[in-house]
Amino acid sequence: MAKRMDNEVNASSMADIAFLLLVFFLVTTTMNPDTGITVKLPPWSEDDAQEVKLNKRNVFAVLVNANNDLLVRGEPEDITSLRERAKEFIANPSHREDLAEAPNKAIISLKNDRGTKYATYIMVYNELKAAYRELWDAESQRLYGVPYSEDMSTEQKKKIRSKYPFILSEAEPTAFGEEEK
Amino acid sequence: MSKFKKKTDKGTPAVSTASLPDIVFMLLFFFMVATKMRDSSIMVQNAVPYATELVKLEHKNLVNTIYIGTPLVNYQAVYGTAPQVQLGDKFASVDEIPFFIEKFKAKIPEPQRPMIFTSLKVDGDVTMGIVSDVKTELRKSGQLKLNYSAKNKGKK
Repeated sequence: MAKRMDNEVNASSMADIAFLLLVFFLVTTTMNPDTGITVKLPPWSEDDAQEVKLNKRNVFAVLVNANNDLLVRGEPEDITSLRERAKEFIANPSHREDLAEAPNKAIISLKNDRGTKYATYIMVYNELKAAYRELWDAESQRLYGVPYSEDMSTEQKKKIRSKYPFILSEAEPTAFGEEEK
Repeated sequence: MSKFKKKTDKGTPAVSTASLPDIVFMLLFFFMVATKMRDSSIMVQNAVPYATELVKLEHKNLVNTIYIGTPLVNYQAVYGTAPQVQLGDKFASVDEIPFFIEKFKAKIPEPQRPMIFTSLKVDGDVTMGIVSDVKTELRKSGQLKLNYSAKNKGKK
């Protein structure tokens, strides 16, 4: 009797079973990291938007039309120079009369047509966001000597963000250039 | 002399495979933790655009995905070539979004609901018309946290 007890269970098929499970999980699951540009939409309200009087110098109007061309503050612009222009507008280092009074008063207004290509829209949005991120970086370097990152303390982030708040207003798109359904 | 000769005629011992199951199980657990079950097959063309200012979505169970794009070739006979919205694993019209959002919300425990993100996986060639319709529906249903899915421009 005692001799039978020390019989071992044969574990050589364990590896096969584990491999089978492994292959099953490899096939049925995905691992692509979900990355993207995070946006917070304004809440919906049924009544018409209130008209807010804004000083014209504080508004950075960006218009993307159905041909994917850019119009920045009334003049055609190339997407490659959008970031620099936005930065100059927000920070206004030389205190020009026609740029934002103060960084926290700057408002970016983005408007597109229904026919604008999504990739172009994302590119423009990305550039505007990048402009703010670069400003945050510079401010963070000045105050704390490190570039801006999400890992910083909430207090530090708040301080930087209150100096350069990211205000982006999106207008309803104009029905232009939409494809036929 | 005899000291060196002793080893020769023993032959090579077999490599022990006793630790193989452990290694494979380790791999298995890694994949179980790091991946997410494929919940729906994508039925639209979905080449998301490239961007640099990316944020990584952390809690995958709190992410609700809406796909927008031209139907894949084998669906084009039925659904046409105009961009379509895909909710879950079927094509849907824009008005079905609030119900889709509510259905997803019901599965999430109450305290975590404000952290739900909607990930918009939109094909780069789609025009903004349908995207703004979806955005309007999301605003109407109170789902304001949004993520435009995009790939990193730096590495391909």
